[in-house]
Amino acid sequence: MTVNILLFKITLLLYFTATVLYLIDVIARHGKTGKAGRWVLIGGFVVHCATLVARYLEAGATPVANLHEALSFFAWAVVAIYLLFDLRYRLSVLGAFICPLALVLMIAGSAVPKEVQEASPMLDSWWFPVHVTLAFLGNAVFALAFVAGIMYLLQERMLKSKSFSALYFRLPSLEVLDSINYKCLSFGFPLMTMGIISGAIWANSAWGGYWRWDPKETWALLTWFLYAALLHGRLTVGWRGRRAAVFAIIGFLFLLFGFLGINLLLSNEHSFRALSGR
Amino acid sequence: MNIIVVGLSHKTAPVEIREKIAFAPTAMERPLRQMVALPAISEGVIVSTCNRVELYATSRDIEAGVAQLKRFLSEYHSIPLDTLESHLYDHQGEEAIRHIFRVASSLESMVIGEPQILGQIKTAYGYAAEFKTAGLILNRFLHKAFSVAKRVRTETDIASNAVSVSFAAVELARKIFGSLEDKTVLLIGAGEMCELAARHFINNGVSSVLVTNRTLERAVKLAEEFNGRALPFDDFAHHLQQVDIILTSTGAPNFILSQKQVEEVIRIRRNKPMLLIDIAVPRDIDPRVNDIANVYLYDVDDLQGVVQANLKERHKEAKKAEGIIEQEIGQFYRWLGSLDIVPTIVSLRNKLEEIRRGELEKTFANFKDLGEREKKAIEALTSAIINKVLHQPTTVLKQAQNDGRRDGYVDAVRVLFDIHPTPPAGDIKDLDAHDDQE
Repeated sequence: MTVNILLFKITLLLYFTATVLYLIDVIARHGKTGKAGRWVLIGGFVVHCATLVARYLEAGATPVANLHEALSFFAWAVVAIYLLFDLRYRLSVLGAFICPLALVLMIAGSAVPKEVQEASPMLDSWWFPVHVTLAFLGNAVFALAFVAGIMYLLQERMLKSKSFSALYFRLPSLEVLDSINYKCLSFGFPLMTMGIISGAIWANSAWGGYWRWDPKETWALLTWFLYAALLHGRLTVGWRGRRAAVFAIIGFLFLLFGFLGINLLLSNEHSFRALSGR
Repeated sequence: MNIIVVGLSHKTAPVEIREKIAFAPTAMERPLRQMVALPAISEGVIVSTCNRVELYATSRDIEAGVAQLKRFLSEYHSIPLDTLESHLYDHQGEEAIRHIFRVASSLESMVIGEPQILGQIKTAYGYAAEFKTAGLILNRFLHKAFSVAKRVRTETDIASNAVSVSFAAVELARKIFGSLEDKTVLLIGAGEMCELAARHFINNGVSSVLVTNRTLERAVKLAEEFNGRALPFDDFAHHLQQVDIILTSTGAPNFILSQKQVEEVIRIRRNKPMLLIDIAVPRDIDPRVNDIANVYLYDVDDLQGVVQANLKERHKEAKKAEGIIEQEIGQFYRWLGSLDIVPTIVSLRNKLEEIRRGELEKTFANFKDLGEREKKAIEALTSAIINKVLHQPTTVLKQAQNDGRRDGYVDAVRVLFDIHPTPPAGDIKDLDAHDDQE
């Protein structure tokens, strides 16, 4: 087992522990475990950073070349964004929703082939790391909006139907959840836009054409329009609350499909060779 | 020494009994003094609230102590013991400690988590301290009970969800709006519950209050009270777009707010949420309003439901509180045991030392030709014997401190060696250094 795989497994273990602690905090309302969960998550994040560095050294290229690396990088971005967010909001209940998401990405990452790919000359450009970093950070911010959207819908449902489960007492106010939605949108949308633009520039330098309408590009554009519509609706028509939450959820499902579904269904430059066994 | 409790509460006695047995707060000196004058009782505290009357005492003889306290209650209030007996409960030892910790932490209250009981026990303790009927043990015990109650309050959410309808409205608003600071409340009609809720809203940060009423005079008066603004009743609908929270309780036979009206208002507000609280019966607001996005409508029954959910949540928290109490009982019980054990060990040692001194003096008097060296050797020899003899009993007594054999051993040692230790405060410092950390 190489160093990066070992580190990856340690990260996975720490994320798992953090998830369990956060869930105990929410279910049993035991605040101390929530605090412990945050520290374990921070520890996991540090090990995760080391994992990426080790992988980079071993592969000699930005480690987002196959599905395993991409899933790991996605999970890293999600945790990074959450921890940044946590500095300001200190919402451990959000951790109970975001940690399982990061954990699922990591488990998926450990289930696919983990071998280092031979570095393709295509990935040599400096635009490649810029493109993937921007794109994944954008995705991670939208993951946060997705989670906040789910929490909003749960809370709104309980307030409307007037039947309260134990979770009701843990969720933050609708106002806070809606403001998370707005904040994520106003950070995530520029990131996503820049991700697409940098991707186009990289494409041009790699195979001499900015845009080729391959399925992944088309899907990304579709997703971009979806988020653009939400941002527009928020700013001009006063979309908020439930509708914004639903949009954030649908938007993220689109993102996930663009990330995984397109790769699984079709193959092209954007898909990962490891999965199709080539 | 044992702690005992005798008393009754809303769980065991109807109000007709409770009111007869209550002690007047203005005249606590006489009953307290009478209580500690009872032969089997050494310290006493009387807690008397509308839901419970309890006597806390320390006694060497549990059975006699309980019987005397019961008789004291019956004689003091001139109620035959036969009538009283079936309503009284008594606890002793660990059970008594648990009971008092539970009472102070509000686990035994009619509304779990209500904050008054702790204050009432503090007042009761205040009287006992004033008239010096609480001594070393009850002093320490009640302070412990206060700190346990404080721990329960800070470490669990036992008191954190509203159990009154009017305050439940404020909590709902917080769940929707987060901060209430820049929110506007509109009061339609005047009902007691509505006014109370409005007051809660103001105390929780709401800055602007509008009041409307069919009789404008009434509205103006209320508005003055809340530092708000009065609106003519026919006009209030025009101000709805600036209102976040509506409290309504008019006597109107029909709906005064229709679904269509509210839909229009929400559109103008660009979907900013609204909380509508309808306390009127018959209702003032069309219930279909709740179907509009970003509008939350609660009637009286809904608020009752919130209160019920909150109470359920408090009961769950009570389970956590019980864990905390169990921890603290163990700690206090050990301390209480050390009160008996340490003085017993000290007295035992003193007794043997006394015998040794006496015998040495006699021996030295008889053998005048003994040199300093021989005398020293004999001193050392006798000391060593005493230490060796005492070693095992001391170890066993110290170990027994943590289990049920304690009282048996202490009594045996006292009888066998004819010692009568008095519990001094100074010798036990090392055992309780750890539980005053706050």
